[in-house]
Amino acid sequence: MDSVFASIVQAPEDPILGVTVAYNKDPSPNKLNLGVGAYRTEEGKPLVLNVVRKAEQLLVNDQSRVKEYLPILGLAEFNKLSAKLILGDDSPAIQENRVATAQCLSGTGSLRVGAEFLAKHYHQRTIYIPQPSWGNHVKVFTMAGLSVKNYRYYDPTTRGLNFQGLLEDLGAAPAGAIVLLHACAHNPTGVDPTVEQWEQIRQSMRSKGLLPFFDSAYQGFASGSLDVDAQPVRTFVADGGECFIAQSYAKNMGLYGERVGALSIVCKAADVASRVESQLKLVIRPMYSNPPIHGASIAMTILKNSDMYNEWKIELKAMADRIISMRKQLFDALSAK
Amino acid sequence: MEYLKPMEPTRIPSNGDSLFQDITLAPDIPIYATTAAYNKDPCPNKLHLGIGVYRTEEGKCHTFNVVKQVEQTLANDLSADKEYLPITGMPEFNKLSAKLMFGSGSPAIKESRVVTVQCVSGCLSLRVGAEFLAKHYHQHVVYLPEPTYGNHPNLISAAGLTLKTYRYYDPKTLVLDFQGLLEDLGSALTGAIVLFHACGHNPTGVDPTCQQWEQIRQLVRQRGLLPFFDCAYQGLVSGNLDDDAQSIRMFGCDGGECFVAQSYSKNMGLYGERIGSLSIVCKTADVARRVESQLKLIIRPLYSNPPIHGAAIVTAILKDRDLYQKWTNELKAMRDRLVQVRRQLYDSLCNKGTPGDWSHFIKQVGMYSFTGLNKDQVDFLTREYHIYMSSDGRINIGGLSSKAVPYFADAIHDAVISSLPSSTLA
Repeated sequence: MDSVFASIVQAPEDPILGVTVAYNKDPSPNKLNLGVGAYRTEEGKPLVLNVVRKAEQLLVNDQSRVKEYLPILGLAEFNKLSAKLILGDDSPAIQENRVATAQCLSGTGSLRVGAEFLAKHYHQRTIYIPQPSWGNHVKVFTMAGLSVKNYRYYDPTTRGLNFQGLLEDLGAAPAGAIVLLHACAHNPTGVDPTVEQWEQIRQSMRSKGLLPFFDSAYQGFASGSLDVDAQPVRTFVADGGECFIAQSYAKNMGLYGERVGALSIVCKAADVASRVESQLKLVIRPMYSNPPIHGASIAMTILKNSDMYNEWKIELKAMADRIISMRKQLFDALSAK
Repeated sequence: MEYLKPMEPTRIPSNGDSLFQDITLAPDIPIYATTAAYNKDPCPNKLHLGIGVYRTEEGKCHTFNVVKQVEQTLANDLSADKEYLPITGMPEFNKLSAKLMFGSGSPAIKESRVVTVQCVSGCLSLRVGAEFLAKHYHQHVVYLPEPTYGNHPNLISAAGLTLKTYRYYDPKTLVLDFQGLLEDLGSALTGAIVLFHACGHNPTGVDPTCQQWEQIRQLVRQRGLLPFFDCAYQGLVSGNLDDDAQSIRMFGCDGGECFVAQSYSKNMGLYGERIGSLSIVCKTADVARRVESQLKLIIRPLYSNPPIHGAAIVTAILKDRDLYQKWTNELKAMRDRLVQVRRQLYDSLCNKGTPGDWSHFIKQVGMYSFTGLNKDQVDFLTREYHIYMSSDGRINIGGLSSKAVPYFADAIHDAVISSLPSSTLA
């Protein structure tokens, strides 16, 4: 008898992760993997932040620590601190209890849970994503049940932002449509709107009732400052409107494989936020029940201890500075040629 | 059994309203509501026999010593990094997990016919398997045993599969309804998927015997049904990892195909680390390779790649002879405690002369027991004795210390006597 899966076809390798597979197979001593989005040191090695190692030591030596299931929405303290990190310590949305936050499986998991929630509870099933965007975005949203359209973003002739095209396309989107925004350090172009352009985007979106869904995977990496990089998100939240935010600690805390992230939903009212939170649980429970403890514990340890938080900021700035200096070096090298 | 119904989309709100104005407050999931009620209860004698988490004799959370040891080593290993794992997880973890379940001599493994992917514990292993079946398998009906783990219906229907049930537990005899099981699987839709609990059935503690498993296997293969095992208690039922995997190995070794969702939550105490795997045994190595490539397409838009830490712990233990030995010793001690508490409970009820046959406590296996108490009696236990358990009468034996057994036995006795018709008390 044949396999019941006899007619299954071989799927192609993931475009991004497949580059690493090919790189690993390559025997050349001069090879460079500039494919997958993982930070490397000057020596080309992966980097585990010192403060992360310190946090792990604290956790492992804490005799009172247990491995029990987390709540469905994850570590409560991690969630609060993550919301504060992206929205600011004094965010009125937080103070007014208008933010529902769930610890998720890094950025991908946060996006997927947010998308599944929208597919289930929101009247508009279309999400507009920038052209181009991170390779996995389309699949994440379509598998969740949303349909994907594009808005113009990158202008290959100027290698900058096609701001006119962006405003036109968002202006033509149906009222209430979901719009994916890269909070900072747009992936894959590295092209971000200016502060003034962000303000215009915000006004245009709010006037059309479009729902912003921020993907924040590089907070601290773009400018070196956590607060500066969070500004676009914070100006949207400051206007009292609603938005979704998917946060990842993969890059800025180097926690890649520990899968640490959070989904925050900023709502108009505290009452809505608590109902939204209750419904988020019903999305997560039939997916993975509750999130993994280790990575979030590391992140929480760092975020809540002011010395470690400062250490983190310094290490983060060093990574961001090295990237900025590499850009300059590459530019100089090409100009010299 | 919890069952989450799909919601209708909200109306388009007017200006100023929240876009989610019409969202209703979802009720708490039953098992979490029970835990919340237990936590609020100030009574010092309270017992939480609801959620499926193993506790020590002192009622404390339990972490394996070997796990603590391994974590120290991992934290001190400066050569270890936190790079993304492959989409399918840690390769060594996958190989060792497959061996643990199918046996190191498994022909299916030797012939490269087994695809194993690390998943975010048992739940996501089931969900990924279900999503794969919804996408690639011609039959979209899954038969679940009646009763089953509360989250099974949600995990499977969320993937778009349709649920049916097959008879499993006989509430009158408190044992397996084997005749009913054979009849229902005998008349199941051809090619349907059938969920089996590999060992330590949750919530009843009732498992088929070896002979019964063999009959089930023959029937499944004859009818072309596709078996999907949920393996969450390997080692905790008989105390022997190989014995507890017998049902899986029977199916894995007969040349046919099957799915296995595995969890290390209970048998390595790694609950919150969310570590498990999905294995698919295929007819040929070529099919296995193609199946693996398609699994990646399901996982990538779900969570991209799985978490490192739990997999690193499991791998370290499974691949080192001494650590493996330490683990199996601790596992056996846990299992022996479960057996001892069952015996103690049975003896207490017999000594008290509590009306009824309580032998099911010692016949049932694994972490759970269906007490045979009805909803009113369960409510009585909570109200009068501050004992929290599932409303279907399931208790977690792993949450019961031998010190608490007399109190629990008193409570059961009282509940049973109070619910007898008054004429029998005269």
